Amino acid sequence: MRVIRRLIALGLALGLTVQATGGDLKVPPTANGELKDLYFGEALYHAYQGQYFEAIQRLDTELAMYRGLDQPDLDTLHYHFNNAEFSVGDFELNYRMHHRAGRAIKAVLEGAVDEAVRNEAAFRLARIHFQKGQLDDALHALERIQGTVPAQIRDEVEFLRANIYMATGRPSEAVKVLAQLRSNESLAGFVSYNLGIALLQDSRPQEAIEQLDKAGQLAAGDPASLAIRDKSNLVLGAILFESGSFERAKQSLDRVRLQGPFSNQALLRAGSAEASAQKYDRALVPWNILVEREPTDVAVQEAMLAAPHAYASLKVYGRAALLYGRALELYSNQIGRVDASIRSVREGRFLKALIREESREDESWVIRLRSLPDSPETYYLMELMATHDFQTALHNYLDLEDMRSKLMGWQTGLEAFDDIIRLRKQNYEPLLPKVDAQFRELDSRMRLRLEQRKHLAERLQAMLTAPRPDYLATAEERIAGERLALIEKKLGNSNNPEKLLLQQRVARLRGTLVWRLETEYHERLTAAHVHLKELNAHVDTLTRQYDEFVRTRQAARQSYVGYDLQIARLRERVKDALQRVDILMARQGQMIEIVAINQLEARRKRLVAQQAEARYGVADSYDRAARAQADTGGH
Amino acid sequence: MKSTGHFSVVIGLALALSFAALAGLGAAPMPGDNDKARSDQAQMRGLDEQVQEVKSDVLSIAAELSRLEEKLLYPSGTQVAIFVALAKGDRMRLDAVRLQIDGQLVTHYIYSFKELEALRKGGVQRIYVGNVATGDHKLDVLVDGKLEDGADFNRTEHFTFRKEVKPKLVELTLGGPSSGTPITLGEF
Repeated sequence: MRVIRRLIALGLALGLTVQATGGDLKVPPTANGELKDLYFGEALYHAYQGQYFEAIQRLDTELAMYRGLDQPDLDTLHYHFNNAEFSVGDFELNYRMHHRAGRAIKAVLEGAVDEAVRNEAAFRLARIHFQKGQLDDALHALERIQGTVPAQIRDEVEFLRANIYMATGRPSEAVKVLAQLRSNESLAGFVSYNLGIALLQDSRPQEAIEQLDKAGQLAAGDPASLAIRDKSNLVLGAILFESGSFERAKQSLDRVRLQGPFSNQALLRAGSAEASAQKYDRALVPWNILVEREPTDVAVQEAMLAAPHAYASLKVYGRAALLYGRALELYSNQIGRVDASIRSVREGRFLKALIREESREDESWVIRLRSLPDSPETYYLMELMATHDFQTALHNYLDLEDMRSKLMGWQTGLEAFDDIIRLRKQNYEPLLPKVDAQFRELDSRMRLRLEQRKHLAERLQAMLTAPRPDYLATAEERIAGERLALIEKKLGNSNNPEKLLLQQRVARLRGTLVWRLETEYHERLTAAHVHLKELNAHVDTLTRQYDEFVRTRQAARQSYVGYDLQIARLRERVKDALQRVDILMARQGQMIEIVAINQLEARRKRLVAQQAEARYGVADSYDRAARAQADTGGH
Repeated sequence: MKSTGHFSVVIGLALALSFAALAGLGAAPMPGDNDKARSDQAQMRGLDEQVQEVKSDVLSIAAELSRLEEKLLYPSGTQVAIFVALAKGDRMRLDAVRLQIDGQLVTHYIYSFKELEALRKGGVQRIYVGNVATGDHKLDVLVDGKLEDGADFNRTEHFTFRKEVKPKLVELTLGGPSSGTPITLGEF
């Protein structure tokens, strides 16, 4: 039963692993892949590079602006709005902000969206709850899925449902769900394996064995499917071994690839299966392969004791003594390395190794940590570093480090802003009063001219219905008219013949003037309209320049006025955040170191126990060898 | 994207399961180890909650700073932002882009593998943000890259864009010779 419980735990661990990686970005910009909003594209650009902080910041700003619009349907983000809301949740999930991711997805769920979109949101929410171990909430979120489920997530929904059933101790329901999913290609290996585990959990060991046997023989091409096939064979081998079916266990273990992640465990188990069947010579085949592998691996360290034990069982005491001696040497060396690692962790070198730039270039950085020079602390921490909680803690530590450098950069940035503002103030303040005085003068002249133009336009408009030829007289004609009026006044109403003659001449001239004004009236009115139109173009240019000046003047003032409070507040916020980050970094770092040291000490205890066994084995083998030699000599 | 997803599955699977296998099938844990591990786990989760809160705060500071920076350095009246995207499905390896506005070199960007992959997946890079006066401006785009057969690819295009009072967004879509027009300009 103990083995079965362990295997069930393995099955759930797998389910979690598969789901945990489900947060990868899969969403194209729009349904047809066409991008309409450049800032959404920019957020994706950062996200595709794993820069989730920048991606969230960009997209959050875009979404906030979009929500504040009066007519959001005119904005380019409108085409991507649903995707953007999903994506921000995805980015937050990838940036390990589960709370915010959950909130973002809930917002989609509660918004006015299509059934398919709502169902996808419910699935994503369920996945987050599952990752956080909130199984009831996860199931509740899945229950919200109704009607059309997008084809691309249909199987993933059911797979998640089965995992939740398994995690909540409802294996029979998980079996029913998984049994219907077996045909799905992308999930085939995982479904097949989990079905085997669910059957085992449901106390149907025989069916579980058959299922795992099938899972262990599935055609696989990609690394994930190959790994899960190996896993199925390893687990099946373990079950068969525990039930005493050593030959079948060996067959299953032999199917595990020699270079896969489970090969060491499989080799150890294969040897154990042979040894349990008293076939020590055959047990030595996998164990001898294993002892040549990476000496920090647990299976290799176990094999270092198992191999000489097999030789001793075959009565090859000399070889056994030699191998026990080698094991003793290995354990002593490894204890030394573990001690060095513990010292190194205590001196803070482990954390330094973790934040080294070259160790974070790609997704396999945890694996490559081992190959870093001067990092003995990482030798024994690979398995620890692979656990979900430790991974989260590590990534959080790295995120905190990133945030720290960002905040420090911002502090310098705020100082630079202060400088910019000070210099702008120095530049503009002496200039602006003169500019403003000049502007005021120009402004009053401009207003006067605009008023005149307006008056002219009104007159011309009125003249269309009430003709006023005198309004269209030229300056010369106006002067002539005024002079004629003056002469008329001087002549008065005299009957003097000379004056009468002059009056007639004045009347003739007046008549000529009026004739000209009357006969040329329409022509002049048209010309006046044309000129007014020409004036309009000039007025437009003037207004544009005026507006531009006002804007520039405003921009000049806005470039240094009104920032003090905002900058002071931001400086305070940055300082406060930096303090919190420093405190959290220290606590997170200490936590990582404590857990690492605990892990190393546990490994050390095991190595010390193995060392004692090896020491005893050396002595025992020499004894037996000596006795055997004596027996041979006696004969 | 799919292949990246699978890669992470493998890494996660390999690591998580090899540990699970060790815990379950290998060496038995020492007495007291489990309690210690549980307490460590609880503390780690508590810290995780606090880290999430700090992240939220720092993101909000970043957003405010970015708004301040935009207002101070690139006011809307003069702001011009140039974006770079790759033509859909184009396999040209983009090495570098140089931009000149009114004959002045404003940016010379050399792409890393990650950045190129992000562009190929449909991401859009904001390559340049600056200030120009309202009116017409010349934009020269110089692209260096390699074609699928390894041949060098260089292309220069000249465009004109008009800056109005609102911020100007210019999108450059780049591609190799197979995409017809190697550099196209879109204005927003």
